[in-house]
Amino acid sequence: MQPVRTDPEVGTADAAPSAEAPPPAAPRRATWRLALRNRAVIAGGAILLLMVAAALLAPWLGTIDPAEIDPASRNLSPDDTMTVVLADGGTVERTALFGTDNLGRDLWSRVLYGTRVSVVVGLAVAVASVAVGLVIGLAAGFSRRLDGPVMRVMDGLMAVPGILLAIALVAIWGGGLLTVILAIVVPDVPRVVRLVRSVVLSVREEPYVEAAVAIGAPLPMLLARHVLPNTVAPLIVQGTFLCASAMLSEAALSFLGVGIPPEIPSWGNIIAEGRSLFRVHPHNIFYPGLFLALTVLAVNILGDGLRDTLDPKMSRRL
Amino acid sequence: MVAFLLRRVLSVVPVLAIVAVLVFLMLRLVPGDPAAIIAGETATAEQIEQTRQHLGLDRSIPVQFAIWIGHVLRGDLGDSYFFRMPVTDLILQRLEPTMMLGLAALVLSVAVAVPLGVIAAFRQGTWIDRGVMAVSVAGFSVPVFVLGYSLAYVFSVQLGWFPVQGYARIADGFGPFVERLVLPALTLSFVYVALIARITRTSVLEVLNEDYVRTARAKGLNEREVVVGHALRNAAVPILTIVGIGLGLLIGGAVVTESVFAIPGLGRLTVEAVLSRDFPVIQALILLFSAGYVLVNLLVDIGYALLDPRIRY
Repeated sequence: MQPVRTDPEVGTADAAPSAEAPPPAAPRRATWRLALRNRAVIAGGAILLLMVAAALLAPWLGTIDPAEIDPASRNLSPDDTMTVVLADGGTVERTALFGTDNLGRDLWSRVLYGTRVSVVVGLAVAVASVAVGLVIGLAAGFSRRLDGPVMRVMDGLMAVPGILLAIALVAIWGGGLLTVILAIVVPDVPRVVRLVRSVVLSVREEPYVEAAVAIGAPLPMLLARHVLPNTVAPLIVQGTFLCASAMLSEAALSFLGVGIPPEIPSWGNIIAEGRSLFRVHPHNIFYPGLFLALTVLAVNILGDGLRDTLDPKMSRRL
Repeated sequence: MVAFLLRRVLSVVPVLAIVAVLVFLMLRLVPGDPAAIIAGETATAEQIEQTRQHLGLDRSIPVQFAIWIGHVLRGDLGDSYFFRMPVTDLILQRLEPTMMLGLAALVLSVAVAVPLGVIAAFRQGTWIDRGVMAVSVAGFSVPVFVLGYSLAYVFSVQLGWFPVQGYARIADGFGPFVERLVLPALTLSFVYVALIARITRTSVLEVLNEDYVRTARAKGLNEREVVVGHALRNAAVPILTIVGIGLGLLIGGAVVTESVFAIPGLGRLTVEAVLSRDFPVIQALILLFSAGYVLVNLLVDIGYALLDPRIRY
């Protein structure tokens, strides 16, 4: 049976590690240059950089305190004028670009500050899942004694639909930025473990690795010289997709009320709060939804581009 | 064949066992007394003691697990303290909307995605192909709840074609049932369409280079016969596989979709249980969804092993 490549967010339960397949080549400098010239990488990367910039520069982009409640400017439509009371008692008129919510909080400010949560969660989940998955995957791939038990636990974790597992973990640990990140990492780890393990298993069959083993190369050297370089490309590609799905998961958790605490503006929270009035004031859902979809799209396009250039064997399959 | 079936069926057992252990251990991760947690926040000291006795929570962990799994296997999933009823009854009450939603989304997705994928593969490189691929990337990027609210706003609030929210049981009339199911099913199927269309395109592309497709064309079959009789038939295995695997995505999507459209199903129940820290319900739902996911994938595997004589593991 032809192994089917699936996107990481749905898992790779069937992608049995094919020991016969040659390992993907480590990306060389030329490959990286190729990647940076890929249109998808440029487009996706540019939007993503824009979002990161928005997250970092949020205080200077015409925003006011995103938590500031103002009963006088409740439910303003986009482009309406709101009056902001300054600290010294004076007032100033400003345009509420995205309107305000039912507590009079400025939506433009909330959405821009919300970028921070998505960017942090996306990056943190990608880095943490890849790091943890790499360690466990290497251990499973190299130790025959660990392989069986570890992979059975991973199979069990993969049998639980990801978002459900995350919801359950948040129920246990309580909501918060850190617990949300951890709760999204746990269902992602088995997917990385499978990938790393399959690379290790295929690399182990390579003549140059057998030769290295035969002349008694120590394990750390085997790892550093032969195994790790082969995992870089597929892990970067998978990490990118994990980042995209983590942003979606965080927003879904927050939307359901089991994610980031409501006092922190995150896109999921803003949408959750906009639910009650969405028939009359759809802008509370529209703008954060647009930002979320655009950001996730950018990361997915970036991932597609990286896969095509860094891991071409994979892209031929999908 | 029998040996294969037996092996494949038995391979499910360790996975389900691991899931059961994970779900069991879940409660032990919650800080506090498990008996008090299971009995619920409003329980009296007496009720907590009763729970402790019933579940053997004063015994060793392995014994506790044995008692718990014994209950589960007999269909006793405990009581929900929030809804004050047995979890099994609660789940049966909430089962229909989720099953109907999932089924509708599944049928809709396959009906839309497979033709899209086939057309994209046959017109590889054209604007049709690029269009299908763009829809597919969008499907992975647009959050379920954003899509749900957008559809509800346009088709229910603005155009008034459908009721905005809610669910009507099929027993209460087919018209209202369908009317309320259309938008949720559309919402839920989008990501599934993206997934299935993508895999269909890839697997049909692979098959199109095969000798038997060239032979089929050479012997004068028209394109429709080539697609249905040769290309699609041979591409069916990966498509079926992804339909099974994508079910995990569908379950996650259902939880969100039910919240958007106020559908009183298992997904909504999951969220309610988490918000009220109703742990017996959470445990039961995770067990149920995971078992369903694993069993459907088992059926998919067995299904194409029966259909395709080349497949042997």
